[in-house]
Parts: sequence; C-alpha cells; structure tokens
Amino acid sequence: MSTATTTETKDLAPVSAESLAALLVSGERPPRPSALSASLTFGWRAMLKIKHVPEQLFDVTAFPIMMVLMYTYLFGGALAGSPKEYIQFLLPGILVMSVVMITMYTGVSVNTDIEKGVFDRFRSLPIWRPSTMVGYLLGDALRYTIASVVMLTVGMILGYRPDGGVVGVVAGIALLVVFSFAFSWIWTMFGLMLRTEKSVMGVSMMVIFPLTFLSNVFVDPKTMPGWLQAFVNNSPISHLASAVRELMAGDWPADEIAWSLGWAGLFLLIFGPVTMRLYNRK
Amino acid sequence: MSTQTTSGLAIETAGLVKTFGETRAVDGVDLAVPAGTVYGVLGPNGAGKTTTVKMLATLLRPDGGQAHVFGHDVVREADVVRGRVSLTGQYASVDEDLTGTENLVLLGRLLGHGKHAARTRSGQLLEAFGLSDAAGKQVKHYSGGMRRRIDIAASILNTPDLLFLDEPTTGLDPRSRNQVWDIVRAVVAQGTTVLLTTQYLDEADQLASRIAVIDRGKVIAEGTKGELKASVGAGSVHLRLRDPAQRPEAEQVLRLALNADVQLEPDPVALTARLGTARSDSAAEQASRALAELARTGITVDNFSLGQPSLDEVFLALTGHDTHDAHDSKDEVAA
Repeated sequence: MSTATTTETKDLAPVSAESLAALLVSGERPPRPSALSASLTFGWRAMLKIKHVPEQLFDVTAFPIMMVLMYTYLFGGALAGSPKEYIQFLLPGILVMSVVMITMYTGVSVNTDIEKGVFDRFRSLPIWRPSTMVGYLLGDALRYTIASVVMLTVGMILGYRPDGGVVGVVAGIALLVVFSFAFSWIWTMFGLMLRTEKSVMGVSMMVIFPLTFLSNVFVDPKTMPGWLQAFVNNSPISHLASAVRELMAGDWPADEIAWSLGWAGLFLLIFGPVTMRLYNRK
Repeated sequence: MSTQTTSGLAIETAGLVKTFGETRAVDGVDLAVPAGTVYGVLGPNGAGKTTTVKMLATLLRPDGGQAHVFGHDVVREADVVRGRVSLTGQYASVDEDLTGTENLVLLGRLLGHGKHAARTRSGQLLEAFGLSDAAGKQVKHYSGGMRRRIDIAASILNTPDLLFLDEPTTGLDPRSRNQVWDIVRAVVAQGTTVLLTTQYLDEADQLASRIAVIDRGKVIAEGTKGELKASVGAGSVHLRLRDPAQRPEAEQVLRLALNADVQLEPDPVALTARLGTARSDSAAEQASRALAELARTGITVDNFSLGQPSLDEVFLALTGHDTHDAHDSKDEVAA
C-alpha cells in the first residue's frame, strides 16, 4: 500500500467555515518582498527540494569523485610521469570542468518544473520577475560548493597540496561558484526555450563538451596546433581554470580573475535578459 | 477593498483573442464580470476556458482585444493585476515535492509576510481546511480532495480581490466536490470575486450568479442561470419500458402528451423526452402527466428519472453540435 492510497481512503476533516471566514477577513496584505528576499525564498525552495529528494545530490558527489579518479589515473602517468605529480596540475582544472558540467542540470530542472502547475502560480505573483530563476541558481550554488568540497577532499587524499592554503582554496572555489552562477543563465534559457528534457540534455552536451575539453584543463595548450591554441587560450574555461589553479597555488592572478569575471558578466548580461524574456512569454 | 472601477466590474474584456499556430484558442471573447459575485465560464475541454483565465491572470499575452481586471490592463499593468488576483490552476498549483506547510510558508514569504507571520497564517489555513494532520506530508502523497484544498488555501494566503478557479472539481468525488463548493461560497461571502471555469452545468448552477457558455473560443451564450436554462429547456424525462415492443407506441404518446422532442436511446427499452421551455407547468408536472398518459395507454414503465439539462444538452441546444465535437480544436492545456 502506498501512502497515497492510505490518505485517499481516509476521511478528510471538514472545512471550518467560520475560521475560514475569519482568516479571509483578517488577511491584511503586507508590502511586497524585496528582490533579494524573493530570490532567497526561492533559494530556500531549492534547499527544501534537496532535503526531500537527496538523490539529486548524486551528480555533485559521485560524479565529481569519478572525474578526479578517472582523469588522474588515466592521464597521470603519460602526461606528468605519475598520477601524484599530475594531480597537482589537474585538480583545479578538473574542479572547474566538473562544476561547469554540473551547471547544465539547471536547464533540465527548469524544463521539468515549468510543466508543473506551481510555475503558473509563481508567475502570477507580484514579485521581482527574475527571482524564480535566481532562486534556482542560488540552490545550485550550494550544489557547486558541495561538489567542490568533495573533489578537493578526494584530491587531497590523492596527494594534491594547495600552496595557497585555506584562503587560496576558498578564493578559488568562490570564483568558480560566481562564474558558474552567471554561466548557468545559458541553461535557464535553454530550459525555457526547448520543449523536452531530452532536447535540453542534448543541446547542453553539445555546448559543454567542446567548451570544457578545449581548454587548458588537462594539458598545457603549447602542444596544440595554432588555430586550436587561439581558441583554447581565449576560452572562458581556460581563464577560469588558470585563475583557480593559481589562486589555489597561492598566487594572485589579477588578469585571469578579471577575464573570468568579465566572461561571467557577459554571460549574465546576454543570457539573463533572454531567459527573462522567455519566462515572461512562456 | 481598494479601488474598483466606476462600472463595478472585476473583469472586463473586449474581443479577446489568443492563437496557437493555426488554432484560435480564444476567438473574440467579451466578458463583463460584476465585482463580488461568482461568474461561471462553462464549456467543454478545449473550448478556450483555461486560455482565457491565463490571459486574465497575466500568464499569457493576448494576441488581440483588451482585458481589464479592476480597471487595470492585464498587459500594461500586469504587476498591479498580479497584486490583486490569485490563481488555482486546473492541476494543483503547488509544489508536489514540498509539504503542505512548506508550500504555504513559501508562498507566504513570497507575498511579503515575515517568517513568523507566514508560519502562523499557514498553520491557521491548514487548520481551517482540515489539513493539520497532513501538514508535514509531501503534497504528492495527498488525495485529490486534499490537493484542491491546499491549492485553494495557497490562493487565499492573502485574501485576493479576484480568485480564478480553473475547473476546481474536475476529477473529484462528489463529497470532495461539495466541500470545494462550500469553500468557494465562504470565499465569496467575504467579498472576493470568483471566476470559475467548469465543464459541469450543475457546478455553475450551484455557485455562479451569471454564466458564460464558451465553445471553440467564443462566448455562445451569456446570462443569469435562469436565462440560460430557459434557453435550453426544463430538462428531460428518461424512461425505461418493460417491453421493447411498446417503444414506438410510447414515443407517440409522449410526443402528443408533452409536445416535446423524443429521442430513442441505443438501449431498446429506453427513451428520453426533452421538456419544453415555453410551457407554464414545471418539469415535474409535465413528467407526471406523461406517466399518467403512458399508464392509461397500458404501457408499463420499469424505471423513470427526471434529468436536469446537462451540459451536453445545453450545447446541443446552443450550438447544434455536442460537446465532443469541440475536441477537434487543440487541447487547451497545450498552452
């Protein structure tokens, strides 16, 4: 017997007309929530969803562990002599790659959510319009942080030593989470634009694989052909990976941080408004 | 409550149009809904009811015509409109993964209540709706009746000036349906205007003071309940005879006695007489006269029932086609 059937058969307590009437009369309207407050409330909704469906943390726990182990041992010997030496170079990059890959689930969850009736209710509320979307991304920022901590832990077990200490590591993760938050607006756009979950996944893969692999995450781009170097050296993922790598190594790569934040701002400026346009038109 | 238009209308639309590709889902709808009443929008699946509600609730942008809610344009002043309406969709407009309490607190916070106030109000609403026991359960484990309740509770967290109820009882058992009706009556008694869409004439009959019948995106009849029913007929008498051989004779007798349309049912012993509207005597009087006539002629009636005009009959009378024909226009849920 499922819970659904047991509640179905049970008699419902009657609706109390008097207390209902009293509630309707007493219902004074508070002022509208601020943009921040509405966004945080939607962020809270995302947390509640994680609480009720903890399985959805699989992609920020098992997947990152797999990524670290796989690439460390697959390429370590060939590229750096040993996995232990390779991980010193690889970990910040693979961290960037995995978290940026995880961002694509945002599109899928937006896409499945909009089919549900609750979305209509959110859209009929007098609140700051982007707060629904910002809420998703705030919840996701927590997921990215979890993924980062998990990967860092695995990396340290395998021998990674961040010379930047706690400050460097926290700064690196913070930069990564900020970038991912901005980057995710691509996915909210696709989530609203495409009709099915499958097509969202398909398009996401087409974007995410070339973007993350054609970067300096795995190897130094110097060995690549010139035309590819041109792409790789200017890719936002390369800038981000370099910035995170150097922050964690204890340097302050002002250029790379500026590039990463610049790209983040650009993504937000382009895909944020497109997302909101689609959201309002849906 | 706050400002109303001078005309006292909660909703006013003129030539409202919404197209989806080739389909004109809403094709020039004019509505005038007086404030403080329940207004019924009656029609079959795919008639354009949900699409109309979605435009009025600012969820869809009209492709033509105008719509005002309390005098505010639903496109240009969407935000003002949103502040005054609540929507209960055809499918529960709450988050199924969250518990009843979490849903209400979430919405309470989004409506501007502080943490404490949102919790208090949620608790009171759950109590009033008889959902206290299920407050901590995820909504996906709720029964159909409970979902409706939590959905309506979510809509009155802040008492709205206008409440949209889109087919609030579709799929509910009769008991739960009656309970939803009680809730609607309580809400209206406190001054909220309700726009109710339904496929059931008796639901519109029970709750609404005025009704618009909508078909293929157009309003095909509008008026008070009395006016609408009068246009359809007083109802119909369904008879089952003991002997199928007597049916042709029974048909003759009924036709003469009632001066009414008589239909032969697929069941060889059954027939239905649609009662006239112009007659001064009531449906019950007409029916008893028919029975007396049949008895006098020696026709044995096994079973007899007096039916209210059904939506099918309203449709047949108003459009000349039955409700099933409406399905060839695209399913409105696609919106």
